[in-house]
Amino acid sequence: MAVRPIKLSTIKQILDADVITGGELLDIEINSGFGCDLMSDSLCFSRPECLLITGLTNIQIIRVADMIEAKAILFVRGKRPGQEIIRLANEKKLPLLVTNRFLFESCGLLYQHGLRSS
Amino acid sequence: MKMEFEVRGMDFNRAGEAAAQIKKALQMVGMKIETIRKTVIVAYEAELNIVIHAHKGILSAVLLPDRVQITAADEGPGIADVSLALQEGYSTAPPHVREMGFGAGMGLPNIQRCSDKLDIESRPGYGTTVTAVIINRPGGE
Repeated sequence: MAVRPIKLSTIKQILDADVITGGELLDIEINSGFGCDLMSDSLCFSRPECLLITGLTNIQIIRVADMIEAKAILFVRGKRPGQEIIRLANEKKLPLLVTNRFLFESCGLLYQHGLRSS
Repeated sequence: MKMEFEVRGMDFNRAGEAAAQIKKALQMVGMKIETIRKTVIVAYEAELNIVIHAHKGILSAVLLPDRVQITAADEGPGIADVSLALQEGYSTAPPHVREMGFGAGMGLPNIQRCSDKLDIESRPGYGTTVTAVIINRPGGE
């Protein structure tokens, strides 16, 4: 499988994910992914415009995503953020998706479909 | 240009707002991308250190053409052993903070990694002042 960008709508399909917010932005293309359950590492090691894949659902993940200029957040392990987090993501035009798959599994499937590390 | 923000301990809802404002200002004045990236990491980690460990503090940023200075001055428990606190993985954050994805002992090491100059003054029982300088290098895109 060649390395190539993947549309957010395809990611939704691959991981059988639900869209929490940002359904109108599913046409955007994702060039890289970064999977992590630590705030500091997400901030330090990810690259701009990545898909942030995490099980962290507190409001700080939106702040970090905003600072690293992530294109979207995918929550794993079926973790759903609260209303305040959804509101802030809306304000920042940051799509949020949730999948029941684990972090490792989600990253593996996206890698298999051509997405590479941030 | 100087910016100053009050930061309150344990206020996780507003935590990160000051660093976000600093980022906007850096973009507005046209700092290099690498300078912005490093400063954002320093400012966010310093802000979160106040939120996690102190009662309150002031996060400030001084923007100059050739560098940015971030200062986080807090009223808190202070750091008993600064060299230990700078080691990756060392943390005194409480369990509920770790559950939020913090407290992995990467805050001060990340600040150090992204700073060209770092000064930490701490008086146990009174507070800590962290001063970091990030050089705006011409080649930093």
